[in-house]
Amino acid sequence: MADPMRIRAQASGDKATVRVLMSHEMESGQRKDASGKLVPAWHIQDVTASLNGKPVFSCEWGPAVSKNPFLQFAIKGAKAGDKVSVTWKDNKGDSRTDEATVS
Amino acid sequence: MRGKPIAMAAAMLGLLASAGSALAQKTSIQAIEEYREMLQDGNPADLFEAKGEDLWKQKRGPKNASLERCDLGKGPGVVKGAFVELPRWFADTGKVQDLESRLVTCMSTLQGIDPKAIINGDWGKGERANTTALATWIAAESKGMAFNLPQSHAQERIMYQVGKRLFYQRGGAHDFACASCHGEEGKRIRLQDLPDLRKKPGDGIGFAAWPAYRVSNGQMWSMQHRLNDCYRQQRFPEPTFASDVTVALGVFLGVNAKGDKSAAPTIKR
Repeated sequence: MADPMRIRAQASGDKATVRVLMSHEMESGQRKDASGKLVPAWHIQDVTASLNGKPVFSCEWGPAVSKNPFLQFAIKGAKAGDKVSVTWKDNKGDSRTDEATVS
Repeated sequence: MRGKPIAMAAAMLGLLASAGSALAQKTSIQAIEEYREMLQDGNPADLFEAKGEDLWKQKRGPKNASLERCDLGKGPGVVKGAFVELPRWFADTGKVQDLESRLVTCMSTLQGIDPKAIINGDWGKGERANTTALATWIAAESKGMAFNLPQSHAQERIMYQVGKRLFYQRGGAHDFACASCHGEEGKRIRLQDLPDLRKKPGDGIGFAAWPAYRVSNGQMWSMQHRLNDCYRQQRFPEPTFASDVTVALGVFLGVNAKGDKSAAPTIKR
């Protein structure tokens, strides 16, 4: 199973800033290994986030995103104590969901 | 993006755009500083730190034991502050050991893991990768603390002298020594300032900056990996993992850094 994400969510004013670190190889499918064979693409395809269970963010990622990616976004109207949940799915069908409380 | 209006998206592109326009008026040093500043938030070393903490507490290996009884120099199980006092002399092994060679000892005595799996392993793979993650977490537990390597044991003082000689020893196809790059102030290789390691380099610089996450290759590098690659770049034969050569250099660098605050784990180009 994939390693956990690190999620930090901090409220200020009428919004909360969410910072997410994901643990993923993000293999682009362009690289060759030592024996000259193409390393198959293996990267996150879908990232979604929800606030107290309600979807607030979704995006599609491709092979250009870095290894162990960092994502930052803001959610309008999020307050301290709210639950932010982030999910990623990769092209091998693996996925990971982690949750954090807005502080 | 197919987000709802409530969402405001993605920092990565935004950061690049704002930096690009401002670059022209700045010196390259300022631009490098700015780039480093942007990397600070969201250091993926956090991920290795979490993995290392888990590995420390998990029951593993043929003996199905955790590392929680491992003595890093401040008594069994004491992690906080251990990093800034290593390498040091250990009575049970009768050797001066750095963090990683000590971890090899603990993993083999407590957990029954074959030390050869780590010493002859590959960087970033298997038990050697686990050792790096453990070192990352242990270093992070001493973040902000000042280096204070003991020099009370005769072997520790000998290792300092050995490390000093290794630091200045020229050899290899390029007739290089560590001192060729790290024996002068204000030197740089591409984006990286080279610390002057003959003396105290300052808080969070040189010995006080590793383990570090390398953005360019997405790898977590321990001090052992750093020293190994310095030797590779000098076209020396690569030293054996956790060998006395690497530990002696660690003692030399660590003692010189006395009083400098550790910033590890850091993030590098």
